[in-house]
Amino acid sequence: MSIGPEKTGAQVMIDTLLSHGVEVAWGIPGGALLPFYDDLYNSSLRHILVRHEQGAVHAADAYARVTGKLGVAIGTSGPGATNLITGIANAKMDSIPVLAITGQVATASIGTDAFQEADTYGLTIPITKYNALLKNPDDVARITEEAIRVAMSGRQGPVHIDFPKDVQSGLTRKTTPGELKVPARHIEPVPLVGDLDQLADAINHAHRPVFYVGGGAVMSGASEVLLRIAEKAQIPVVSTLTGLGAFPGTHNLHLGMLGMHGTAYANYAVQECDFILSIGARFDDRVASDTKDFASHAVKAHIDIDPAEANKRVAVDIYVQGDARVVLEQIENSVLRVETREWAKRVAELRDANPLKFTLTGSDIKPQYVIHRIWERTRGEAVVATDVGQHQMWAAQYYPLKNPRHWVTSAGLGTMGFGLPAALGAKIGKPDSEVILFSGDGSFQMNIQELGTARENNIKVKIVLFNNGFLGMVRQWQEMFHGNRLSHSQIHFNPDFTAIAGAYQIPAMAISKPEEVEAAIDFLLNTDDIALLEVRIPAEEKVFPMIPSGKAYTSMMDYEHSGDGSVFSPNQFKEN
Amino acid sequence: MTQSVLSVRVRNNAGVLSHVSGLFTRRGYNIDSLSVGVTENPEVSVITLVVSEAPEIVLQIEKQLKKLVDVLDIIDLTGEHSVKREVALVTIYVNKSNRHEVLTLIDVYEAHVIDITDSEVMVELLATPRRISSFIAVFADFGIKEIARTGTISLAYPSSRKGADKA
Repeated sequence: MSIGPEKTGAQVMIDTLLSHGVEVAWGIPGGALLPFYDDLYNSSLRHILVRHEQGAVHAADAYARVTGKLGVAIGTSGPGATNLITGIANAKMDSIPVLAITGQVATASIGTDAFQEADTYGLTIPITKYNALLKNPDDVARITEEAIRVAMSGRQGPVHIDFPKDVQSGLTRKTTPGELKVPARHIEPVPLVGDLDQLADAINHAHRPVFYVGGGAVMSGASEVLLRIAEKAQIPVVSTLTGLGAFPGTHNLHLGMLGMHGTAYANYAVQECDFILSIGARFDDRVASDTKDFASHAVKAHIDIDPAEANKRVAVDIYVQGDARVVLEQIENSVLRVETREWAKRVAELRDANPLKFTLTGSDIKPQYVIHRIWERTRGEAVVATDVGQHQMWAAQYYPLKNPRHWVTSAGLGTMGFGLPAALGAKIGKPDSEVILFSGDGSFQMNIQELGTARENNIKVKIVLFNNGFLGMVRQWQEMFHGNRLSHSQIHFNPDFTAIAGAYQIPAMAISKPEEVEAAIDFLLNTDDIALLEVRIPAEEKVFPMIPSGKAYTSMMDYEHSGDGSVFSPNQFKEN
Repeated sequence: MTQSVLSVRVRNNAGVLSHVSGLFTRRGYNIDSLSVGVTENPEVSVITLVVSEAPEIVLQIEKQLKKLVDVLDIIDLTGEHSVKREVALVTIYVNKSNRHEVLTLIDVYEAHVIDITDSEVMVELLATPRRISSFIAVFADFGIKEIARTGTISLAYPSSRKGADKA
C-alpha cells in the first residue's frame, strides 16, 4: 500500500477507474455527488451527461456488451439511485459487467430520512454480484478495486458502490487498493472442473448432435473455436437470444434462434437431436419452457462458468465447469472430424421445408421485410440494438448477425426502454460500426428523452421505429390467448415522432407504404447524422413461429398464410 | 422432507445477513431456523441454517450461497457427525393441582426452572432440537403461554471432522 500525498475519496475512485482502463462513464450529477463531480471536472475520464439515470445504466450496459469492457453509470442519492435500479437488474439478468456508482447522504445523516436518502445498498443486494456502502475514504481504493474485479470475473455481472458525500470529500493517503478482502474465488479465473474426455466422447458418439449456444459463448470469446469444432464435426448450431452472433448467422450449420420465437427448424432439430451441448446457456423458460419435454431424446451436456447453473432447471448428463472458450479449446483436438453427416443434411431439409415466412401485400409495410432489407444493405455487419417486444423477436429472426458482440438486446429482464440508450452506448463502444436500433412505439417512449443525449454528443445511431399503435406483443398474446380482448394494449394517442425528432434537430421521416421502403432505407443509411425512420405497420402482424408459454415444442404454431398477398421467405443462407 | 443443517461462515460485515436471508426470499427456499453468532475469529460470523428442501435444492442453495461475496465457506452438518443444540425458553400454565406433575416432568427433561408463580412456570432447556420439540409437545397439554427458541447451532464432532468439509 503506497502512502503518498493525501487525496479525496472521489479522486481515489476516479484514479482506480482510470487504472482499469475505464474510458467513459454515463451519469447525472446531484447534491450528494457534488464532491465526486468536482474531482471529475479536471479528470481525463470521459463523462456523458444523460437525461435520466436509467439511460446511463443501459448505455453503460450496452457499451460493455459490444466492447467486453466495464460499463460505468453514475447517479445521485435517492431518486438518482432508484432510477438506476432497472438497469442494474437488466445487467444482472444478462450477466453484463456494469459498475453503478451512487451518491449517498453524508454518513452522519444515514438513517435519518435525510433529503434524497434511500437505502441504496439494501436495494441493490438482490441485483448485484457485489455491493458496498463506503464509510471511510481509506476504503475507497480497495472497494473500487474489489467491485471492478468481481464485475469482470467469472460469470460477469453488475456491482454497486454507494458513496456518501463526506467520504467523497474526505482525505486519505490510502490511494491504492492494498490487500483485497473478497475471497479469491470471486476474482480469479474459474477453474476448469469436469471430465473433458467424457464430453468429447459424447460428441463423437452422437449421431444427431446440436450445439445450443448462449450468451456465455459471446462473453468468453468462444466464437472462433466454436466455428472450428462445428465445421470439423458437422454439428448444427442453435442460439439463444443472447447467443446470437456467437456463430455466423448465415452459416449453413446455423439454425438461428431456438425456443418460444425460434425458427421452426431450430426447434425441430432440438426435438430430433440425440445429443445437445449447452455452451454458456441456461435452459431458461423461453427455451426450455416445458423442462421435461426439452430435447427429451438427447444426452444433455452443459458447459457453464457458473456451477449454480448446472441442473438448475434441466438435469444434464455431463457438466463441465469453466469458461466456454477454454473448455472448447481443450476438447477441440479430441473431437473427431466428420466429413459428411446425414443429420446435417436432415436439418438442411428441415430448414428448406420450414423457413421463416410472412406475407407481402401491396398495401402494408411488413416489419420483417424492412429488417430483412436493412440486413441485406448492411451485409449483416451492423451492430443491432433493440427494445423489447415484437420488433425484438423480428430482429432476432430476420437480422442474422455475422459477428459476436454486435447484438444489444435486453433478454433476461425484457426491459422496454432499453433500446435507445443502449444504441448510444453501443455506438460509443464501437464508433466505426453502423449502429441500428429497432424499436417500437411502446418501448421507444420509455426512454425517448435520450434523443437529447444523442444530439448533444452527435452519437450517430440509426433508429427504425416500428409504429403499430399498440404494445404489440401484449396485443398478440391477448388476441391469441385472451379471446382478443385487447385490454389497455392500444396506445390511443401517439405523438408525431418525426416532429419529436425534429425538435431534437434529428433528421427523420415516416413511411406507411411498401413502395416507400427502399428510399427510406437510403435516407436512414445515407444520412451522415443521427436519423430516425418511423415505419407504420399493421397492428395485426404477429411473431411466428411461437411455442405458447409452458408448452412443449410439439405445440409450436408456425406462420399460416391467409388472405391477399404472397408469402415471402428470406434466403439467409446463400453465402454457404 | 428431511432437514439439512448448513453452517455458513461469513465475513462479519454489516449487510451480510441481508444478503443471506434475501437469497432465501428471492429464490423461494424454506428456512426452518437461522441463527447468527460470532466465532473464534472476530472478523467471522457463523450462520447456522436449517432448511427443509430436497437434496438437489440443498445443493442449489449451497452453490448460490457460494456466489455471495461475504460467504467464506459452507459446511454441511446434516446427519450424525455433528452436535446440534438449541435453547428454548418456555412459559407453562400451572395450577395447584398439576404443579407437582409439571415440575416432575421438567426434571425428566433436565430443564431448569427460571421463575415460578401460582399460575406459571418459566423453564429453560438446552437440548437437541428434537428434544425441545418433544418437550413442547408434552407440555402443550398443560397449556403453553409463550415460547422463544434460538434456532439450531451446530459443530462437527472433532473425531468426525474429516469428510465434513464440503465447501
